[in-house]
Amino acid sequence: MLAELQRDFRHWLIQALPDAAERLGGEAGLAIYQNNYRTQLVGSLKASYPLLQQWLGEARFLATAVWHIDRHPPHAWTLDAYAEGFETTLIERFPDNPDVHELAWLEAALGQAFVAADAAPLPAALLAEIDWERARLQLTPSLQCRDICTNAEAIWSALWQEQTPPEAEMLAEPAGLTVWRRDHTCQLRQVDTLELAALQQLQIDGSFAALCTLLVSLLGEAEGLQKAGALLVGWLANELIVGVNTPSTAEVMHHD
Amino acid sequence: MPASLSPFPGYGLGLRKEHYRDFLESAVPVDFVEVISENYMVPGGQPRHILRQVRERYPVALHGVSMSIGSADGLRLDYLQRLKSLVDEIEPLFVSDHLSWSRIDQFNSHDLLPLPYTEEALDRVCANVAQAQDVLGRPMLIENPSSYLSFPGAMQEWEFLAAMSHRTGCYLLLDVNNVYVSAQNHGFDAHTFLEGLPHERVRQIHLAGHSQGEHLLIDTHDQAVNASVWSLYAWAVALVGPVATMIERDDRIPPLHELLDELALARTLGVAAGRQRRQYHREEALHAG
Repeated sequence: MLAELQRDFRHWLIQALPDAAERLGGEAGLAIYQNNYRTQLVGSLKASYPLLQQWLGEARFLATAVWHIDRHPPHAWTLDAYAEGFETTLIERFPDNPDVHELAWLEAALGQAFVAADAAPLPAALLAEIDWERARLQLTPSLQCRDICTNAEAIWSALWQEQTPPEAEMLAEPAGLTVWRRDHTCQLRQVDTLELAALQQLQIDGSFAALCTLLVSLLGEAEGLQKAGALLVGWLANELIVGVNTPSTAEVMHHD
Repeated sequence: MPASLSPFPGYGLGLRKEHYRDFLESAVPVDFVEVISENYMVPGGQPRHILRQVRERYPVALHGVSMSIGSADGLRLDYLQRLKSLVDEIEPLFVSDHLSWSRIDQFNSHDLLPLPYTEEALDRVCANVAQAQDVLGRPMLIENPSSYLSFPGAMQEWEFLAAMSHRTGCYLLLDVNNVYVSAQNHGFDAHTFLEGLPHERVRQIHLAGHSQGEHLLIDTHDQAVNASVWSLYAWAVALVGPVATMIERDDRIPPLHELLDELALARTLGVAAGRQRRQYHREEALHAG
């Protein structure tokens, strides 16, 4: 009986089914719960995508949020997770606007990076004695990256600084976006496709040797190895590397 | 049966991000702060970092909104384990949630939905409270919710709370504003509600503001505590004695000094009611002697 009542309530909240309302009774009270439910979900999407809301305009954002809420009831225990499926809805509703998809990804990635697990950066000095053939680098758990084709990063940056954003446009060449957290501050950086490919290679298993192999295959031996070194220096400076281990000896070196 | 929780007769505020700096950079005159558990049940980052810093300066109560203690299909173990991890790190004064439900099957409403006060619901709630207390390794406080809908049931809300506390050993978080709102919405006497509670099981009191909706009062937590709620609070303290009392504001967050002014009034009323209560008990003892 309790389960039936709760399922009727669910039907009322999601679909406002009149027969569910009749079984539950209390029209005025049900309207309050219905309003609370939808207001919470709209508020959650607005909080997760504040700059996308500006980019789309309030009316279009709200219409999209309502469309999403009607089709995707929340499942997770935390309201923050409700934002996760919104990007798919945006792709459905705005199929010809990759700027919208990329801006949405960016805001979601920043939100996730903000509360990702803590990890202290690896001091470069700890790399002095490493066997590079076997070295597995650990990337910060907050790191997310993807390919982009629009100027979503420039749009986001302008909106973030409360400046007039540029018109959406396709990039002259495809690029990558990286999002991560240094200490308690989220970072965003547009990278070229080579660095994106290098990071995605490292995300597979952290193997520095595999990274070198990839870069050598793309750039030739001398330039590839030089690029691997240069990228590593940049990632260390940006606190993207938080650990290194050499699996064959099971020796793990973490800086905690 | 879980271990007992001693009363903590202090006065506190709900910690909201608008006031983080005040709490971290000055000595705010509160005896404890309460935080929404779910805001800190995250892997890492600034929220956990701030909570650790706050915990170094003030006792902290963890107040949840998503356990869904009345779910017919039980609690979610992953939720309980995340909460347990936070509890183990923060070592809170209290861990609380609401006598309500939010989730059924795979659907989570993210609202505090009302329960029927039936024997079946009592069995389910007690099983869920017992499971939560087992996982957390400590007794919980369960709060009476505001509600806008009531169902036919075998019990009144206060009878349900009393039975739940008796059967599970959990304590009660008495939200005086919620008593007032539900009493107005459902037409019961708020004083009867307060008198019907097991007073010795109350460990915390919430005070908050509400709004007048089109037909019903709504528990909005977006304004100052109403005069009728203050009056009911004085009555409640006289019944339950000195317990942790706090102002809960979740929307239209005012400057901290406004909340501290409200808390000062709670302190004044609480101390006065406590004095009356002691006087009453002295006279009763003399009478008996």
